[in-house]
Parts: sequence; C-alpha cells; structure tokens
Amino acid sequence: MKDLTSANRRVVFKTVAVTLMMFGFGFALVPLYSLVCQAFGLNGQTQRITETTLLQMPVDKTRKITVRMDANTNTRLPWQFQANQREVSIHPGEMTRVSYSARNLSGSDVTGQAIYSVTPNEAAMYFKKTDCFCFKRQLLKSGEEKEMPVVFVVDKDLPADITNIVLSYTFMRADKYVSKGETATN
Amino acid sequence: MTATTHEEHHDEIPTGIKRWLFTTNHKDIGTMYLWFSFIMLLIGGLFALVIRAELFQPGMQVVDPNFFNMMTTLHGLVMVFGAIMPAFVGLANWQIPLMVGAPDMALPRMNNWSFWILPFAGFMLLAPMFVGGNFASGQGPAFGWTFYEPLSGQYDKLVFFVFAVHLLGFSSIMGSINIIATILNMRAPGMTLMKMPMFVWTWLITAFLLIAVMPVLAGVVTMMLTDKYFGTSFFDAAGGGDPVLFQHVFWFFGHPEVYIMILPAFGVVSEIIPTFARKKLFGYASMVYATASIAFLSFIVWAHHMFTVGMPVAGELYFMYATVLIAVPTGVKVFNWISTMYRGSMTYEIPMLWALCFVILFTIGGFSGLMLGVAPADFQYHDTYFVVAHFHYVLVSGSLFGLFAGVYYWLPKWTGNMYSNGLAQLHFWLSTIAMNLTFFPMHFTGLAGMPRRYADYPLQFTEFNVMSSVGAFMFGFSQLIFLWLVIKTIKGGEKATDRVWEGSHGLEWTIPSPAPYHSFTTAPEVK
Repeated sequence: MKDLTSANRRVVFKTVAVTLMMFGFGFALVPLYSLVCQAFGLNGQTQRITETTLLQMPVDKTRKITVRMDANTNTRLPWQFQANQREVSIHPGEMTRVSYSARNLSGSDVTGQAIYSVTPNEAAMYFKKTDCFCFKRQLLKSGEEKEMPVVFVVDKDLPADITNIVLSYTFMRADKYVSKGETATN
Repeated sequence: MTATTHEEHHDEIPTGIKRWLFTTNHKDIGTMYLWFSFIMLLIGGLFALVIRAELFQPGMQVVDPNFFNMMTTLHGLVMVFGAIMPAFVGLANWQIPLMVGAPDMALPRMNNWSFWILPFAGFMLLAPMFVGGNFASGQGPAFGWTFYEPLSGQYDKLVFFVFAVHLLGFSSIMGSINIIATILNMRAPGMTLMKMPMFVWTWLITAFLLIAVMPVLAGVVTMMLTDKYFGTSFFDAAGGGDPVLFQHVFWFFGHPEVYIMILPAFGVVSEIIPTFARKKLFGYASMVYATASIAFLSFIVWAHHMFTVGMPVAGELYFMYATVLIAVPTGVKVFNWISTMYRGSMTYEIPMLWALCFVILFTIGGFSGLMLGVAPADFQYHDTYFVVAHFHYVLVSGSLFGLFAGVYYWLPKWTGNMYSNGLAQLHFWLSTIAMNLTFFPMHFTGLAGMPRRYADYPLQFTEFNVMSSVGAFMFGFSQLIFLWLVIKTIKGGEKATDRVWEGSHGLEWTIPSPAPYHSFTTAPEVK
C-alpha cells in the first residue's frame, strides 16, 4: 500500500508538471507567433528600416509596380480616415512618400492606432517603411484634421510576378492603452 | 484472464444525500457523471430544438437573432463540455477499475472533487441566460462555441464564461490525472500494458491529451479575461495584439479536443465488436499504435480549421497534408473493426447495433472530414452547413452513439437487470433514422452554400431544412425513451448473469451482476 501511495504521488507530480508546462506553453505561443510571422513575413508583417539604409538601396528602373492605398476605420472610432491618393506607380527600390488624412468627427479627444497589412502576403517582407503614422498612437483633438505620411520602399528583390500591392490600414480606437501621463503623439 | 473470488467485507452503503455528496466510490461517482451528462444532453438538445424550430421555415418566427445565436453557442458548449466529455469520464469511472481489476480509482477524494466542480461550472455557463428578468432578453454568450475574438471580447458577461471554462478545465484535468494514475499503478498483477482492454488504452491516451490541451484552453480564456478587464492586448489589434492569434491558440486546444471526444468511443466499440462477433479484436497492437498516432497527429494539424484566415500557401499545404495523414491510422482502426467481424459468429444485440452504426456513420463523418481537410476545397465548404453535417456525424453518430453503445453494453452489469429489448430497439431505430434525417440533408444545403450560425436562410434551402427540423425533433424526443428505459432497468427486470453477454471477455464480467459496491478488494490474477 505504501508503494502504491508513493507511485500515485509520482504520477500526480509528473502530470501536474505537464499541466503547468502546457499552461505556460499556451502563453509562449504569443511571442512564438509574432516571431514566426516576422521571420517569414507572414500576416502582412512589414519590415522597418532606417532612412540611411533606404537611401543606399539600389533601384530597379526596368519595371514598375502599382501600390494601392486602402483605408478603413473601425466602427468604434469616430474618425473619418482616407488615403490622399488612390495609387502610386513606382520602381522597386525607389523611396516613396504617400499620405493619408484623418479627421476626428466627435466632440471629444480620441486616440487611435492604425493596423497595417500588405497584400499579397508574399510581398510583405519586401515592403519596408522608414516612417509611418502606424508606428505610434495618434491623438486627434475634437474636430482636428491631420495629414499622416508613410515613407516606404519596395525592395528590388520583389518577385517579378507581383505587379500590384495593396497597402491597407485600419484605424482602431486605442484610448484604453494610453497610460496616465503619456501624451499620445505627433 | 481468470475469475476471482469476491470478498464482501464492509458492504454497508451510506444512505441519503451524504452518500452522493461525500462519496469516494468510483461507481457512485461514475453514476453521477453519467446522470449529469444526460441532463446536460437534454438541456443542450433543447437548445438545438430551438435552433431547428427557428430554421423550420425561412424568415423569423420563433426567436430573435440574438437569442438564436445564444442557442447555437450554448448548444455547442453544453454538448461538448457538459454532455460528451463528462459522459466519457463517467464511463471511465465505472469501467476502468473494473476492467483493470482495481478496487477503486487511484485518487478517490480528488475524484469526488472533479465531479462536484461540474454542476457549478454548468451553472456559471448558463446563469447569464437568465439575467435580465425575462428569458427572451437573456444575456448568455452569443458568439459561437469557438468564442472567436474580437466578437467574444465585446460580451458583457465574459467573466462568467471564462470562469466556467476554468472550472470545466480543472474538472477534466483532475479526472485525467486520476485516470492516468489508476491505469499506471492499479492494474491487477499480470495485466501488462499490452494486455489492457482497448477501452482502457484509449482512455489512457485521451487522458494525456486532456492534460496537454485543457491548460492551453485555460490559458486562452485567461488572455481574454485580462484583455477585457486588466488592460492587456493579446487579441486586440489596437493595442498590438492579433485576433488571428486567438484562433491559433484556440485550435491548438480545439483539434486535440475532437479526439478527446472520439477516442474513448473507439475504445467502447473495440470492446463490443469482439464480444458479438465472438472473435478476438483483430490487430490489437496496431489498434494501440493507431490510437497513439492519431493523438500525436492531433497536435500538428490545428490550422486546418482556419484555412480561410489568410495563410501562406506553404502553411496551407503543410496543414492539408498533415490532416489527410490522420486518415491512415483512422483507416487502420476501421479496417480492424471490419476484420474482427469478418467470418465471425455475429449476433445483433442492442450494443452491437449501436457499434455497427457507429462504424458506418463515423466513417461517413470521417470522409466528409477528408473533404474539408483539402485546403482548396475547404474554401468553398468553410463555415457552411457541410461543416455542421461533418462534425455532427462524428460527434452524434460517433461520440454519442459510442456512449449509447457503452451504456447498453454495461448497463446490465451496473444495475443487475436486463433492459427491455423492445424499448431499446425502438430507441435505436428511431435515433438512427432521425439522426440521418437531421444531418444528411445538411451536406446538401452546405454544398449549396448555406452558411452556418444564421437565424434565417433563402427560400431554396427550405425543403432540406424542413427535413432537418423534423429529424431533430424526432431525435430529441427519442432520447426520452432512453431515459424511461434506464429508469425501468434500474428498478427491475430480468436478472442479468455475471457474464451478461455470451461472448464477453474481461475482468468486469467476472464479478457478480449488479457489480457490488466494493469490487476487486483482492486483486485478480491475469494470465
């Protein structure tokens, strides 16, 4: 009987260890997921580079690609948000500046955060930004309108079969993430 | 295997409510699990009938859309966590000690606790439905049983849902630890792992799946909780989170979960078919390895539930190939069952009817699963009634029929009485016909493009939906025959012999019928 009790104790100890480990694993999936997405350019994750790197990148003058701008606003955010140009036609490797504009339609100050994605997925890892309004939360005072620039380059190694890229932003309400004392930005 | 002499020392059975509240007896706890799950089956079934009543005709007649959504959500949650899973734990409680020759479960007090958490978890899950005074404006969860973010994050009473899932998880994990300890430590002398009955094997593997994935489920609902109330943003894009991450973590739990609900049914059927074919189970070792392979594969195929979420082609291909690979060990099992029957002296008692029905109908569900596993095809089938048809073929005619087969197989051992053959035949035939009438037409509505989880549909789907609704009501009311039959059998009936079935083998048939309150107080010898 004593043997059985200690054998049971061993099983309980091991299975509880597995349980706790798997609870931890559930949370480990969170950083793992962004790591995998970043490494393989999945989920429309684009790369961020500095302006110096950008200016050193070679330009492929032999072909042109079209980048279309798309703008969406989450229903909980009382803003009007649109792209200032529908599309641009550029050479891969060429530094490009486009802009969006947003206006706060509500009677109070609201902070928003833009979420981006690049379609097709395969293009995401060649799409590099130096500056983007999506890097930070944006505060718009009541009725305020603001121009929001994006500076990007599409790497010249972009596969030849990709001729169209859609750059899409969705603005979400982010008031609850502004900590006390922090002034949201720009 | 050999018979054992049975010693009946302390045979006093506690009486009254205290017997059930404080019991540590595996048979009492098994009985409570089975009754609890049957009550949940009726509640979940009632929700399904509300859905089918609304879908009887196009247009809105019976309930408002939010209530409809609440019904689809709670039907799924109640059936998965309240009916199917506890019912298999109930079978395990009753049968595993009897089948391995143990006097009780390894951890009897924890066993009591794992059961008594369940009613509270069920209450937590259902309580918000009654908030707001009248039933129609109930505030139960209405975001689908898969509770995808960001929709579920907007639910006011999320905390009820989260803690209900936590409690259910505690219950399952404790139940599983108990089962693992019982199987590993309490087997009768001579019963090596490879001599264990298949039901015990499948439950051992299921228990490992449970302790591996229930904590992940607990993790994902905890993330939802902190997102909503503590300012984190695991799934809220505005704070840097990602709703697609939710789907990955959920299905990392969710796919093994579907095997948790079917593997014990495989075990039950592997017990029944040899008994009524009067042959040993064909390919015992391959059955064990096939079960283990299925369990392993279940961890690496989760994203086939989310082919349309926007995955790169390489991901789609990987998850497609891995998914289709599961057909191999599953096929091994189906062919082994068929080979067991081949040239056997088959008779068609009630448990065998359910088992045969299980093999045929589960295989249909398996085939539609293969169709869904093929990524390019899935883009058309995704979130249509084809999916609903698929998972009801594996969960109703798979898991539930497996449970019925098990109950009809072991009920005479539990109660000491044979059940009425006439009632049992009626229950079987009505259930089988009604089940097919309900779910087979859903293949067609799904292929024609009817999306799931909507309270209304276009006119052209009317006929098939009428069939489904008629079938569903037939199926629902047929279960009352089962209730009546079980009560009648407990109260009396023709006395069952110890072996009950002519072709039965195994330790559970060596003890008297009904199984005494304390059994195998001296371990039997297995040769």
